[in-house]
Amino acid sequence: MSDPNDVTRRTVLASSAAAAGIAAAPAIAKQPVAHRKAPPSMTPSMQVALTVNGKAERLTIDPRVTLLDALREHLRLTGSKKGCDHGQCGACTVIVNGRRINSCLTLAVMHEGDEVTTIEGLGSPEKLHPMQAAFVKHDGFQCGYCTPGQICSSVAMLGEIKDGIPSHVTEDLMHVGFSDAEVRERMSGNICRCAAYPNIVAAIREVHKA
Amino acid sequence: MRPFTYERATSAQAAAQAAAAYPDARFIAGGTNLLDLMKLQIETPAHLIDVNHLGLDRIEKTGDGGLRIGAHVRNTDLAADRTVRKDYAVLSRALLSGASGQLRNKATTAGNLLQRTRCPYFYDTSKPCNKRKPGSGCAAIGGFNRNLAIMGVSDACIATHPSDMAVAMRLLDARVETVNPHGITRAIPIAELHRLPGDTPHIETVLQPGELITSVVLPRPLGGRHVYRKVRDRASHAFANVSVAAVIGDGFQRFAFGGLAHKPWRVEAAENLSGADAIADAVLAGARTTPQNAFKTTLTRRTLGAVLREARA
Repeated sequence: MSDPNDVTRRTVLASSAAAAGIAAAPAIAKQPVAHRKAPPSMTPSMQVALTVNGKAERLTIDPRVTLLDALREHLRLTGSKKGCDHGQCGACTVIVNGRRINSCLTLAVMHEGDEVTTIEGLGSPEKLHPMQAAFVKHDGFQCGYCTPGQICSSVAMLGEIKDGIPSHVTEDLMHVGFSDAEVRERMSGNICRCAAYPNIVAAIREVHKA
Repeated sequence: MRPFTYERATSAQAAAQAAAAYPDARFIAGGTNLLDLMKLQIETPAHLIDVNHLGLDRIEKTGDGGLRIGAHVRNTDLAADRTVRKDYAVLSRALLSGASGQLRNKATTAGNLLQRTRCPYFYDTSKPCNKRKPGSGCAAIGGFNRNLAIMGVSDACIATHPSDMAVAMRLLDARVETVNPHGITRAIPIAELHRLPGDTPHIETVLQPGELITSVVLPRPLGGRHVYRKVRDRASHAFANVSVAAVIGDGFQRFAFGGLAHKPWRVEAAENLSGADAIADAVLAGARTTPQNAFKTTLTRRTLGAVLREARA
């Protein structure tokens, strides 16, 4: 049995959200729970096999499920965050086959055989990835909601510079290098509502130098 | 999202055949625009055909010195291709000015051409929109239209085409190669791919039902100075207010414009003129502006002037 004192931020949020839902909508709350949890699906479920953080996973899912929802709701990897759910904010950024993408704008069934890395696969509280450690050191966040996406994005972004992929601010398309301006441009798909941008740039700069 | 069935196509023609067999089918490649619209139930396909595994992800030289770009080459890979960077720099520049790193990693060449307008009323399902619901009216014409079209508009629609890449493709006179459900292929000049809105703004291209783009072909390199200058409300990750693509060489110049119309805007006759004002006058002839977007005529003129100075520096 788990320690009743072991209350995570997630369980607090989940229970308070449920309480708010009951208070705001008693009619809905009286419906059978199973009915609310699983709206009827008219499409047959499909199977998809993929590798997530080095572990082989097989999912049976509705084709409508995005990669983000598959990670969060089916595999319980809640590090990747749902911000806008439309590819505008970058909170859902994960690395697929070495490339950073918005996991909210792709269907899980389209990722047969793919290798997915989420923030949980980069590091752990006991053994932080260098980028995670740099974000902590430079205070590269306030609320932290965008941070998993920022970190996945910045790890893959440094790889893009290393691979010589140019950006909008690259002066000579044939010669790609690191600069603060490059970082700002290349990270523009990750929005931070708390505006921790200068510290995020400092964290990325440190990892690049190391 | 509305329920749909999903299949993974194994060849281009099989994909086209599947699309012909299912009413309300859509091809899905990168999915960055289609899934966005499906979540809002603006697009409601009953069947998705995944075309990511057709082998259309290569960039190859053509026999006459041009370049054939597979339909599903990602925007990142096209912008970073060494031949494109060296010989078609305006295309690299246009691609890199669009979207974000994450989106460019997924978005494809064909999907970029076929992306739909970001007119706020197309996206707002509580408002009339002739493009989303033919015959329902246009809320943009009397509404918030600051960033909407001033060229080639109609009483039914003033939406813009949002792509930067398509502007460079238009400048370079690309050809769009397709296959239909009967296996018949054709090449469509990029100038003819996108339609003006007229009274059928919901019909955006000349592609027929089930017709699949297989590649985009660039003619041999033009040489000259390549410039893509985009003016937008934010420094990055925003659609253009106005953009200018230019290639300027010894004795020739070409210009194409984004943010002005329902398609990339190019007026070849203007390319024989000299000076930003004369060129802009010819490009903007017949402009129909609103009080909110009239600034685009001045912005086009000045951005063109900046491009000419940059190209000759």
